[in-house]
Amino acid sequence: MSSATGIGASVLRKEDFRFITGKGQYTDDINRQGQAYAYFLRSPHAHATIKKLDISAAKKAAGVVGVLTGDDLAADKVGGLICGWMIHNKDGSPMKAGAHPALAQGKVRYVGDHVAVVIADTYSQAKDAADLIVVEYGVLPAVVDMNDAVKKGATVIHDVASDNRVYDWHLGDKAATEAAFKKAKHITKLDLVNNRLIPNAMEPRAAVGDYDSGQEQFTLYTTSQNPHVARLVLSAFIGIAPEHKLRVIAPDVGGGFGSKIFIYAEETVCVWAAKKVGRPVKWTADRTEAFLSDAHGRDHLTHAEMAMDDKGKILGLRVHTKANLGAYLSTFSSCVPTYLYAPLLSGQYDIPAIYAEVDGIYTNTAPVDAYRGAGRPEATFVVERLMEVAARELGMDPAQFRRKNFIRSFPHQTPVIMAYDTGDYVASLDKALEMADYKNFGKRKKESAKHGKLRGIGFSAYIEACGIAPSAAVGSLGAGVGLWESAEVRVNPIGTIEVLTGSHSHGQGHETTFAQLVSDRLGVDINSVAIVHGDTDKVQFGMGTYGSRSGAVGMSAISKALDKVIAKGKKVAAYALEAAEKDIEFKDGRFSVAGTDKSLAFGEVALQAYIAHKFTGAELEPGLKEGAFYDPTNFTFPSGVHICEVEIDPDTGVTKIERWTAVDDFGTIINPMIVEGQVHGGIAQGVGQAMFEGAHYDKNGQLVTASFMDYTMPRADDLPSFEIGTTTTPCTSNPLGIKGCGEAGAIAAPPAVINAITDAIGHENIAMPATPQAVWLACQASRKMAAE
Amino acid sequence: MHAFSYHSPKTVRQAASLLGKSDDAKLLAGGQTLLPTMKQRLASPTHLVDLGKVEGLASIEQKGRNIVIGAMTCHADVATSAVVLQAIPALAALAGGIGDAQVRNRGTIGGSLANNDPAADYPSAALALNATIVTNKRKIPADQYFAGMFATSLEEGEIITKVSFPIPSKAAYEKFPNPASRYALVGVFVAKKGADVRAAVTGAGSDGVFRSAEVEAALKARFNPKALDGVKVSAKGLNGDIHASADYRAHLIPVIAKRAVTKAVAKA
Repeated sequence: MSSATGIGASVLRKEDFRFITGKGQYTDDINRQGQAYAYFLRSPHAHATIKKLDISAAKKAAGVVGVLTGDDLAADKVGGLICGWMIHNKDGSPMKAGAHPALAQGKVRYVGDHVAVVIADTYSQAKDAADLIVVEYGVLPAVVDMNDAVKKGATVIHDVASDNRVYDWHLGDKAATEAAFKKAKHITKLDLVNNRLIPNAMEPRAAVGDYDSGQEQFTLYTTSQNPHVARLVLSAFIGIAPEHKLRVIAPDVGGGFGSKIFIYAEETVCVWAAKKVGRPVKWTADRTEAFLSDAHGRDHLTHAEMAMDDKGKILGLRVHTKANLGAYLSTFSSCVPTYLYAPLLSGQYDIPAIYAEVDGIYTNTAPVDAYRGAGRPEATFVVERLMEVAARELGMDPAQFRRKNFIRSFPHQTPVIMAYDTGDYVASLDKALEMADYKNFGKRKKESAKHGKLRGIGFSAYIEACGIAPSAAVGSLGAGVGLWESAEVRVNPIGTIEVLTGSHSHGQGHETTFAQLVSDRLGVDINSVAIVHGDTDKVQFGMGTYGSRSGAVGMSAISKALDKVIAKGKKVAAYALEAAEKDIEFKDGRFSVAGTDKSLAFGEVALQAYIAHKFTGAELEPGLKEGAFYDPTNFTFPSGVHICEVEIDPDTGVTKIERWTAVDDFGTIINPMIVEGQVHGGIAQGVGQAMFEGAHYDKNGQLVTASFMDYTMPRADDLPSFEIGTTTTPCTSNPLGIKGCGEAGAIAAPPAVINAITDAIGHENIAMPATPQAVWLACQASRKMAAE
Repeated sequence: MHAFSYHSPKTVRQAASLLGKSDDAKLLAGGQTLLPTMKQRLASPTHLVDLGKVEGLASIEQKGRNIVIGAMTCHADVATSAVVLQAIPALAALAGGIGDAQVRNRGTIGGSLANNDPAADYPSAALALNATIVTNKRKIPADQYFAGMFATSLEEGEIITKVSFPIPSKAAYEKFPNPASRYALVGVFVAKKGADVRAAVTGAGSDGVFRSAEVEAALKARFNPKALDGVKVSAKGLNGDIHASADYRAHLIPVIAKRAVTKAVAKA
């Protein structure tokens, strides 16, 4: 049984039947008796004062049950949205965080900022009434470019940050790094743009707020990756209601990619307004709202330098990054370009000295926060572009150059916080080179040239820090929360099992993989296991799903709870089998007395636990239910090598990915099929960043790419059939050896693509996204260089 | 979407009469542009006159040396029509490359030509094949039909009933898609009929579809891909946006035209 449905089996996803037959229950599928609909009036300006806001006509419009503004929030003492991670400046002073009211209070700071909410019997009525709101804006100059934002005399977005700088932060040993550069025989320098992305989960954000005046109880249904964190923030910081009077339910959620971690204005307003107007209040974003107001991702400008000795050994790395944080600090925005970024700058390499400086900058654009990979793709892009370019400048093979600098012994302490527990980077590289048929690349390049095409190959040897995260460690770095996970295993009297987890599945397949762990450990039928998540009334507490943490942290908590269930089961079995507890063994779903043929199945022991006939209350508590909290002792460090091979048509600039090889080390793999799916999706998103996606604001702060007509998502026909392999070094810091796989593809892919394209065109001067036009222009530049 | 009155006439005459009754009435063909625009409240006609129930507007037939397609014929039907595949396979291929399956099953040739989206595919076929746009009032040669971005020579109350395409000896359409929308960034339809060669470009012109004099001149000399080597098209009058500058579009026109001619010659 366990071999077919246990750890390592490609079990078909249990949740897919309901999804593919339209039986999923998403937030927009939830309708409460008497519900009204919310429409948010949003700012058409990137930066303006609100001189006058007249809602009188809208209030009288047909069907309207309420029109609420920032003044109403203030009157009700509803707090602003928060940023939950304190970053300190170089001088030790705290970052400068401007206020972030859920509805504007006197000023709007980006196109799409929330001005007022209209609540009406129907959505159309709410929208019609919003047309009747009269807003007189005092339009201010807008700043969208980070370099412009920090110039003297630039428009000030938040008074607390007069130079639009949220923080100037650094990490690493500056003096040691300077010394390393002084010794260098060669220095590679690069200026890099990490383009701004819009998450575009298939399901747009939505919320239904409900208030039961009899119980004085709020309920919020919302598209969240972490409902308990949403409740904590809404309760403790925003002040909607105490936690025991606020239930947050995140039902089926159709993709998050980070964008549904955060606590946004809309759900805050819906749950608050439900009491205010005395009706449940529902809001579902349309796609334009999603483009405008979901937290965006990435958006860095970086200057990076790497120092090498005369043999191509890396001596040091220094990086200066400007990170666009948008108009307000979103929930975890401050930590993404700092503690989720700079500690990854050592990559897979033994680098003695690293120094990173990061400026967090306000602009009149949508808030920027974690997006699949969050900081780690940005770091990997810096490191892996430097590696490729340095190899080219040194005349070394890029694979050999990496091999020469790989970390070879573990554990390894980098100069930037992280202590890698385990890995075998040489093994991944060797396997990837073999699978990619690297040795015959030259032949393929010649063949392409015969047809007038440019072929290139690019590497990405990435590392990521997942399994987020040891609570004490992140607390010392400024996190406002701990990042452990909880689990509760409830065994029913006939042996079926409910696992309550603080992790949240929004595409990951937890209902399958978590059940596989239970099937494996308890030797029970996978169909007798139900995974319960996403409801603060059912699951006591949890930190949610992001940062590839649900396997490494969430399942470790389940594993701990299962240990306790087995231990308790042994006690029960000892009474039932009339043997000593120390003689009870548990294997393949049976409790047996060592050296005898006396045994009971797991379900029989569960029944004994509940009927409690074989022991007294003085001897043993009845029942079989155990909980556990698991706090990781280290991050996990998935790693791997991706190799991308492209062919470019210089006549049009069209780049075709001809081959993609991915060899990843995720530690223990629970379900290879699901892991492969995660790798595929991650690569698709990474290729999306590298070749297709890019949020574009014009100089006035209007989002030009506010629909799929202009924002290019990667499509199936843009991608090759991936060749996927794994190597395995189990993680040493958690009981299952899991490292995590959710973000790997998105982290690995962008530099692999750009390294391949730059290899093909023969110079480094191309930014992401490498669209056909950008590649065509780069090809023109190559020709010009060749002619000169 | 704002509220509107819906009308479902049975004849073209009724449709024209309904259209004439309000300044703010719009014809609804396949609705693939109009309905999204209304949903976004960018258009809010008070009356919609649906041509879906008007009899005799969806048909494909060969009449002498012409293929005549009813205005309400959807793209999927043109793409799979045995008559079109036989006589003008380039036209069937063009129809089969519009949008996605859902769009092709709803969108119509008449709707596309009446809307004259500057990046739509059909206008290039109509212009390059020297089609005649037949309305309830008159016959309009393609050269006199297109009047700039989203503009045509259709008058008030005028309804396209069918489009007549002379059968060319060689023709092909090649589209370089906008990476995001996959509308034509540059689409070139080339057609040869006797000594006449026409090359119509969609997606690139700031005034919508146009005939490329440079490409036509080269192909009149020799209808062969090599004839386009070294041909330069001016960026003047071309569209520029975040996806493609006018210069890039100008560069692509002969490149894409050459690929179209390669296809047209291969088919012959």
